[in-house]
Amino acid sequence: MFQVRIHGRGGQGVVTAAELLAVAAFDTGRHAQAFPSFGSERTGAPVVSYCRIDDHEIRTREPIDEPDAVIVQDVTLLHRVDLFGGLAPSGFVLVNSSQPLEDLGLGELVGRLPSGHLAGCPATELALAHVGRPVPNVPLLGAFCALTGEVPLEALARALRHRFAHEVAERNVAAATIAFDLVRDHEEARRAPTA
Amino acid sequence: MLQQLEGSRAVAETVARCRPEVVCAYPISPQTHIIEAIGAMVKDGRLAPCEFINVESEYAAMSVSIGASAAGARTYTATASQGLLFMIEAVYNAAGLGLPVVMTLANRAIGAPINIWNDHSDAMAVRDAGWIQLFAETNQEAADLHVQAFRLAETLSVPVMVCMDGFILTHAVEAVDLIDQAVVDSFLPPYEPRQVLDPDDPVSIGAMVGPEAFEEVRYLAHLRQLDALELIPEVAEEFAALTGRVSGGLLHPYRLEDADTVIVAMGSVLGTIKDAVDARRGAGERVGVLGVTAFRPFPVAAVADALAGARRVIVVEKAFSLGMGGVLATDVATASPASGHDLATVVAGLGGRPITRRDVEGILERSAQGTLPRLSFLNLDDDVVARERARMAASRRSGPFAENVLRDLATGGAHR
Repeated sequence: MFQVRIHGRGGQGVVTAAELLAVAAFDTGRHAQAFPSFGSERTGAPVVSYCRIDDHEIRTREPIDEPDAVIVQDVTLLHRVDLFGGLAPSGFVLVNSSQPLEDLGLGELVGRLPSGHLAGCPATELALAHVGRPVPNVPLLGAFCALTGEVPLEALARALRHRFAHEVAERNVAAATIAFDLVRDHEEARRAPTA
Repeated sequence: MLQQLEGSRAVAETVARCRPEVVCAYPISPQTHIIEAIGAMVKDGRLAPCEFINVESEYAAMSVSIGASAAGARTYTATASQGLLFMIEAVYNAAGLGLPVVMTLANRAIGAPINIWNDHSDAMAVRDAGWIQLFAETNQEAADLHVQAFRLAETLSVPVMVCMDGFILTHAVEAVDLIDQAVVDSFLPPYEPRQVLDPDDPVSIGAMVGPEAFEEVRYLAHLRQLDALELIPEVAEEFAALTGRVSGGLLHPYRLEDADTVIVAMGSVLGTIKDAVDARRGAGERVGVLGVTAFRPFPVAAVADALAGARRVIVVEKAFSLGMGGVLATDVATASPASGHDLATVVAGLGGRPITRRDVEGILERSAQGTLPRLSFLNLDDDVVARERARMAASRRSGPFAENVLRDLATGGAHR
C-alpha cells in the first residue's frame, strides 16, 4: 500500500487533491481511497487530506499516521504543524516552494531521506500563470507523479478532464505537465554526471 | 460500472434511481453533499418527476416528508446529529403512522459539547422510535442499502433509516458500482400505499388512541418490526441475485468459524477491525468479527446463533448510555446465552476520535490476557480526566468542564 498525506489550508484544494489522486490511481486499475480530515470548514485553516493506493481492496478507515509521501501545499505550515510525523524512512516529500528545501529549514529531512525523494515545486506560481487562480493542488499532483512514479501523468490528466469543464481542465493539465517536467528535469540533472 | 466516487455522491445517484417523488431536507454536516447533489438533479431535470421542497428546519423536513408519504408519494430525506434531534417528534410520528419514508443518517456526534465528527450517538437516540435502522460498512453498501430500504419500507409500511458514518464514509472517495436504473426498476415496483390521503376515497390518518387500544396499536408496530427480521435477509438475497453483491441482511459474519473471541461492531470501523483480525489470525489466534447491519429490528436469534461458539465477546461501539455503558452491548447481552461468554464493551471513536488497527489489536491482546475490563473507553486520557476532577474538588466555581479540558490540553496540564 502507498499512503499519501496532503497538508494545506482551507481554499487550497487540499481535499480535491486527494480525490483527484484517488481517481487517477483508480483509472490505472488500482484500488484507491481518499478522505479528508475536516475541522469546521474555514478558509485558511489547516486542512489535511489522505489518499491510499493499493493493488488490493482497502478496508481500513484509520487516518494515515505513517505516510509514504507528504505533500505540503503551504509553506507557512512548516514548523507549525507536525507535517512529517510518521513519514516512512524512504518516504517522499513535496513542498510548494521555489526555494531550496534547506533554506526552508528542512535540512534534516534532506539529509535523512534518500536523494531524489524530496522536491520543491513553485506550484502557486504555476497555478496563477496557467489556471489563473492561486490554487497549488494540481501542479503539486503533477510533481507528485514525477517524484514518486506511483501514478502516471496521463492518468492524472484524465482525472482532471473528468473533474473539470473543458477549458479549466486543459489549463490544469498544462500546469500539472509543467510541474511534472520541472521535477523530472531537476532529477535528471541531479543524476547526470558532472563534467 | 465501477466508478471512483464520493460516498455522498454515490448515495445521491442511487436515491435518484429509486425515483423518489418528494425529497425534503434541511442541510447539516456531514449530510449536506447528499442533499445538494439530489437538489441539483431535481433542478436540472435528471430526477423527474420529483419535487424538492425547501424547508426552514429539520422539524419541517420530517413533517413535510410525513405529509408527502401520506399523500402516496415515495419520499426521501436525510439528516444528522442535532438535525435528527430537532425532528425527533416527527421521527416517532412517521413510524407510529406507518409511513415508509427513507432517510439517510450521516452519523455524527451529539452536543454539548458541539462536535461535527462521526460517532453513533444520533442513531442510538432514536433507537426506540420504530424505524428500521441499517448500518453501512462501505460506500458500496451505503448506496445499495438505499435501494433495499425503499423496498423494505414500502412492503412493510415502516420507515427506514440508512446509517452511514459521517465524513468517514460520506466524504470518502472510493470505488462504487452504481446500480443500473433497469435493475432498480425491476427490484423496486411503484409504491402502492396501504393507506393514502385521497380526496376520492377519504380517510383520516393519525387518530387519538386511548388506553383501550394504544397497547394493541404499538404491539402491531412491534410485529411489523419482527416481520422485518424475516424480510431483510430475503430482500438482501434477492438483491444479491440481481447484482452479485452482498449488501444488507441482518449480520455480516467474518471469520467466525472456530473463533473463540469475536468482536461485534457496526458501520465503517468493521473494515479496520477485519484488517486487525486478519493480522491476529495470521499469528494463529482464533478471532472473528460480527458486523451488525440491522440494529433495529435487532436480530436476537441470529446474533445468539453467530456467537454460540464464542468464549469471549467484545462489543466495540461508537456510542454509550451515560450512567450505564454500551447500547449495542446491552442488546448483544440480551442475545447471549445465560451460561455463555464473557462480554466486554469498548466505547471507541467518540466525536471522531480515530480507531486504528493497532488499537483493535491492543483490545484483542488485553482480552486474551484477561485484562480487558467489562466496560472501557479506548485511548481515554486518564490524566486529563483526573486533573478536571481535581479542579472540581478544589473549587465550587471550577467552571465549564469542556472549556477546562481544552485549556488543560493547550497548556499541557498547567491550567489550574
